[in-house]
Amino acid sequence: MAKFQTPLLDQLESGPWPSFVSDIKQEAESRAKNPNGLDYQIPVDAPEDLLGLVELSYRDKETHWKHGGIVGVFGYGGGVIGRYCDRPEEFPGVAHFHTMRINQPAGKYYTTDFLRQLCDIWDLRGSGILNMHGSTGDIVFLGTQTPQLEEIFWELTHKMNNDLGGSGSNLRTPAACVGMSRCEFACYNTQDICYQLTQDYQDELHRPAFPYKFKFKFDGCPNGCVCAMARSDFAVIGTWKDDIKIDQEKVKAYVAGEFKPNAGAHAGRDWGKFDIQKEVVDLCPSHCMSWDGSKLSIKTSDCVRCMHCINTMPRALHIGDERGASILVGAKAPVVEGAQMGSLLVPFVPVEAPYDEIKEIIENIWDWWMEEGKNRERVGETMKRLSFQKLLEVTGIEAQPQQVRSPRANPFIFFKEEEVPGGWTRDINKFRERHQR
Amino acid sequence: MADEDVVLDFLKGKSAAKSKFYFKDFLALFPDKGPREVKKVLTKLVNEEKLEFWSSGSTTMYGLKGAGKQAHTEGEE
Repeated sequence: MAKFQTPLLDQLESGPWPSFVSDIKQEAESRAKNPNGLDYQIPVDAPEDLLGLVELSYRDKETHWKHGGIVGVFGYGGGVIGRYCDRPEEFPGVAHFHTMRINQPAGKYYTTDFLRQLCDIWDLRGSGILNMHGSTGDIVFLGTQTPQLEEIFWELTHKMNNDLGGSGSNLRTPAACVGMSRCEFACYNTQDICYQLTQDYQDELHRPAFPYKFKFKFDGCPNGCVCAMARSDFAVIGTWKDDIKIDQEKVKAYVAGEFKPNAGAHAGRDWGKFDIQKEVVDLCPSHCMSWDGSKLSIKTSDCVRCMHCINTMPRALHIGDERGASILVGAKAPVVEGAQMGSLLVPFVPVEAPYDEIKEIIENIWDWWMEEGKNRERVGETMKRLSFQKLLEVTGIEAQPQQVRSPRANPFIFFKEEEVPGGWTRDINKFRERHQR
Repeated sequence: MADEDVVLDFLKGKSAAKSKFYFKDFLALFPDKGPREVKKVLTKLVNEEKLEFWSSGSTTMYGLKGAGKQAHTEGEE
C-alpha cells in the first residue's frame, strides 16, 4: 500500500514512454523489502515521500523545494547542491535531500562493476534514485543528507578512483561524444581532450571563481552528438579542410539499391527506391553537389560540413583527411537572458595533445570574462554586451570571413587604423567639403 | 594587513546586512590583483575553514563560516 495517493503522478505512467514515476515506485518497493539487508543511512521511505511531495507540487502548481544551501565536501565549491523541502513534517524522508553530481567517464563508457559500485554506494547512503545522466552529463545522485556527503566522496575517490563533477559558478563537468572509439566520423580524439582538460582544469572545476557556470563540450564531427554548439559556452566541433572522400563505385551501389541508405536507419517503413538526387543532392544546404547519373561531384569550397550526404551514404562518402575542429563560443539556455547558439570564433584548429593552442584560447576567454563579466552573466552574454570584436581582441584571433554569417548582417568587425597595412589618413576639412553636416 | 585579513574584515563589517558574497565582490578589495590571485586568497581561507561556500546549484557565493542560514536551521544535524 503506497504511503501517499498520487493520482496526478499515476497519470504520467499511462503514456507510451518510460516513466520516472514508475521508476521511483519501483525503488520505494525495493527499499521497503530491503532484500540485501542494508542498514540504510537515510530514511527508507525517501522515495515514497518524494512521490508525495512531487504530487503536492503538481496539485499546487508550485515547487516545494527551497533554494540551495551550505553543503559540500571539504575544499570543494561544487559537486553538491543543497536541497531542502518546505513541508518537512509531512515528508520527513525528503526534508534534506541534497544532490551530488558525479563526474561521468569520457564518452560515458562503464563497466558493469563500476555501475554496481555506484548503485551500492547510493543504495546505502542515498535515496537509491539517480539520473543517468543530467543535462551537463554528470551522473546525478538525487537525495542524501549532509553526514553522508564526505562518506560518499571518500568511497568514490578512494575505492572507485572517480571524482565529483562541477556545479555552481564553476567549470562544469566537460562532456564528449564517443568519438574515435566507435565513430568513423570523429575528426579528433574527443575523449582524450575531454579527459585532459578535466585534469588540467581541476582548480576551475572545484573552486568556483567565475561569474556563472562555464561548460566545455567536445563533438567529434558536425553531427554534434553532445550538442556542443547549443549547450556549451565553449564548443569544440570536429571538422576537416579538404575534400569529402568519394568512392564512386559505392555511390553507384547505393543508387542501385545494393546498400541501404543511412545504414538502414529509418527502415520502419517502405520509403521506396533510394533517389540520390532527391534525398541527397537536392537536400545539400549549400547546393555544392551534383549527380550526372554516374558520378557524384562535390565543390569543397561551398561545402558547409552539414554531414547529410555522409550520413546518408556512409560507405561511399567519408570525412576528409585534414582534420581538426572549429571552436564556437557563447551558447546558453534561456536563464537570465534568452537562449543563444554558439558563435564561430575559430574556423579551424588542429586538435592535438597537449592541446596548448586550445587551452590558450580558453584561458584568454576566462581571464577576460572573470574581469568583465557581471554576476550571473554567461560568457555569451558578456560577448553580446561588449561585442564579438572585443572577444577577438582578448583572444588575439584575427577577424575572418567565416565569423560573418552573411555580409552586412552582423557587422561587428570594425578595423582600427593600426590593424590595416599602411593605415589611413583622413582630412576632416576635405571630407566636409564633400559632405555637409 | 595580510590579504586574508582584508577579506575577513570586509565580511565581518558587512555581516549585519549580508552573509553571502559573489566572487566579484572580493575583486573590488584588491584593485591591483587579478582574479586568479584573489581566488588563491579565498581558497586559502576556505581551506583554513574560515570561509565557506554557499551554492544554489547554478551560482556559488562565499561567506564567513557559520554565518547566515546553516544546515541546523533547516533541522539537519
